[in-house]
Amino acid sequence: MDKMPKWADVVLIPLISLILAAALSALVILAIGEDPVAAVRLMVSGALGSTYGWGYTLYYATNFMFTGLAVAVAFHARMFNIGGEGQAMLGGLGVALMCLYVPWPHWTLALIGASTLAALFGAAWAAIPAWLQAKRGSHIVITTIMFNFIASAVLNYVLVNLMRPQGSMDPATARFPEPVHLPTLHELLAPIGINFSKAAPANVSLLVAVAACVLVWLLIWRTRLGYEIRAYGHSETGALYAGISPVRITMIAMLISGGLAGMMAINNVMGEAERLVLNATEGAGFIGIAVALMGRSHPFGVFLAAILFGFLYQGGAELALWTSIPRELIVVIQALVILFTGALDNMVRMPLEKLFLSLRKGRA
Amino acid sequence: MTGTSPAIELRGISKAFGPVQANKDISIRVMPGTIHGIIGENGAGKSTLMSILYGFYKADAGEIFINGKRTEIPDSQAAIAAGIGMVFQHFKLVENFTVLENVVLGAEDGRLLRPSLAKARKILGELAVEYELNVDPDSRIDRIGVGMQQRVEILKALYRQADILILDEPTGVLTPAEADQLFRILDRLRAEGKTIILITHKLREIMEITDTVSVMRRGEMTATVRTAGTGPDELAELMVGRKVLLRVDKAPASPGKTVLEVQNLRVRDQQGVERVKGIDLTVRAGEILGVAGVAGNGQSELLEVLGGMRPGAGTVMLNGVPLALEGRGSDGQSRRAAGLAHVPEDRQREGLIMEFHAWENVAFGYHHDPAYQRNAMLMDNAALRRDTQAKMEKFDVRPPDPWLTARNFSGGNQQKIVVAREIERNPDLLLVGQPTRGVDIGAIEFIHRQIVALRDQGAAILLVSVELDEILSLSDRIAVIFDGRMMGERLPAQTDETELGLLMAGVSGKAA
Repeated sequence: MDKMPKWADVVLIPLISLILAAALSALVILAIGEDPVAAVRLMVSGALGSTYGWGYTLYYATNFMFTGLAVAVAFHARMFNIGGEGQAMLGGLGVALMCLYVPWPHWTLALIGASTLAALFGAAWAAIPAWLQAKRGSHIVITTIMFNFIASAVLNYVLVNLMRPQGSMDPATARFPEPVHLPTLHELLAPIGINFSKAAPANVSLLVAVAACVLVWLLIWRTRLGYEIRAYGHSETGALYAGISPVRITMIAMLISGGLAGMMAINNVMGEAERLVLNATEGAGFIGIAVALMGRSHPFGVFLAAILFGFLYQGGAELALWTSIPRELIVVIQALVILFTGALDNMVRMPLEKLFLSLRKGRA
Repeated sequence: MTGTSPAIELRGISKAFGPVQANKDISIRVMPGTIHGIIGENGAGKSTLMSILYGFYKADAGEIFINGKRTEIPDSQAAIAAGIGMVFQHFKLVENFTVLENVVLGAEDGRLLRPSLAKARKILGELAVEYELNVDPDSRIDRIGVGMQQRVEILKALYRQADILILDEPTGVLTPAEADQLFRILDRLRAEGKTIILITHKLREIMEITDTVSVMRRGEMTATVRTAGTGPDELAELMVGRKVLLRVDKAPASPGKTVLEVQNLRVRDQQGVERVKGIDLTVRAGEILGVAGVAGNGQSELLEVLGGMRPGAGTVMLNGVPLALEGRGSDGQSRRAAGLAHVPEDRQREGLIMEFHAWENVAFGYHHDPAYQRNAMLMDNAALRRDTQAKMEKFDVRPPDPWLTARNFSGGNQQKIVVAREIERNPDLLLVGQPTRGVDIGAIEFIHRQIVALRDQGAAILLVSVELDEILSLSDRIAVIFDGRMMGERLPAQTDETELGLLMAGVSGKAA
């Protein structure tokens, strides 16, 4: 029988984890002689207090939705795809190729083309570790990590040697032409009378990310393929019994996962930078792991967790800008949240399960 | 302390897991030098009770007395100190250690191993003489048979000076001959004054060896009786709470055309060891072929190859059409398309996804069925749930709730879900592995009737079971497997457990 009600699992545990992380962060801020209450206030007003703040929060959240969904899909097939970072880098390459070398008449077509190639590149990058796992039994955690480094090196080479415009000192591609610039939230919301900040990078990719959440939900819970992925994820021997091919599911789940991670590039490369720079992913691939863990691998959970981490990113940047709290401490706070919501899940879960059991016994 | 105080006495032991009352106010007295049986269905609370006695769980209420003295048993160290030894159903031995090393493990005298080993060797020698428990102390565990491994477990307990031995389902992995040997050892231990608690669900064993027997049902002790004053029928009734049919009523088979024909089937496991070494068999429509054998002699691999779960070599014809045994077309989906259904040996690891709802499990393996699809993309979960509801009612699955997770059904009801799913497909050939393992008596009766009913509809059935009783009562023909080969075929009416037991142990009789 279930140890505790579903709402406790979905709402209470992440909430408690978050409060613990916040409390510990407050202690750390106190320890360096700053005021935690003021810090929180600054984070909230910086990230959520203006459309400018929201624009950044949602921009980061868009990245994390893609990478979080990528990790979540792989989780359902019981695979730990740590390679979101590398897959997103390759996705960036796909976006850059599409945007620079195809004369798009309109951004909508460019978005479709760029998304497709970004997903293909990301999927291809995930396909190699997936094949090694499925056929050779090489552990996917190890191979995807290694492929992050390879992706980084490949991108470095491509940017420096192949795609850098003549005479430029910067390891980055040329700027994308005007027709492929994606509309920002400012441009999208202006027609309906909402004056969204012009300077914020959140753009139409956010809608694509939300659509991806819905599609992943449909895929996992409503389709035959999703059924097979979940069955394989729960029991490999069971999958074998039911005639579900482990090789096939491993490959497909990782292709989808890599494709989602790759699609992140339409946000950061096409939507924000409008050119491909080194380290464009800024660790979003790794944040995706925390997002998926916190979101319980459910697309809706991923959506919420992505916004939370968007808030932490933007709020953290504000802290670094306006206080003497050093940048490194912001990373510490983010790490604490990841630690508590992701890695230390059981620390909260087990006492809570006991509590619910004893409550129930009291009633029985 | 008088000489007549019981070796173990439990008074009012209760233990709950959440809302489940696993043990309710249980009291037992076991006199020294006797064998006391505890019998009950799966989930009746036998294992919980013994776990409390061995210090794995703490009782919510109740007291334990050892030799008349109240004793707290907070952990297994305390249980050992109190003279209690436990032989688990699944042995707790280190495979690549020798017998001697396993006996000493956890009971070393100091930091250096050598003196402990020398002492253990001497004591093992004495025990061997005293109880006729002969085991070569220098054999590695993975090189000796299951029966021997069990002796090592007993020796481990005796080495720790146990006066009270608890054996949990000790004969599950033994051949009938090995079981007889075990009973002789237990007899001898009793004669030497040891107290033994035997946990089992096999009525025959209770009748054969115990002095007194306690029956458990749903966490309660329903009766404690002297074995001499009772019989199997009465015990079965006490276990289930109603009269049960221990034999399956079935009409003689009227076999039709050959459905399954297997020739020279060979199977290797993941390590490349040959597990099935050239098997021939045929199953005709309307008959049940039972494959008897001790677990681990290749019958699991046989089922798995036929079910499309692992590759093999040889010829397998289903309805006259050869089946692919490796590569393309050898998977479970192709098998189902060819008219085969499969109740696998291990419902928890194979037959069900324990985290799935009942309705999701009803589609398991048949998730491509057009009836379960809404369109090219999406599954029709509503239709699937309706189908689940109907199957649950027909097969009396309790509770009949499609939304319940498989894990939350009892073993018997989990198995009913699997059986319902497979039988309702009206297959030409049904593979059945251990259909009633871990299933309560009431459900066993039901599942057996369903299998016979499918046979009477003209399906061919290949039954693999390690329970001889089950093989004898269900099969129309019996084939005995040993070390990956068929030792011969018998008709149930013309054979008995002794002859089958010999075949199962690899002793080839004259072909009947």
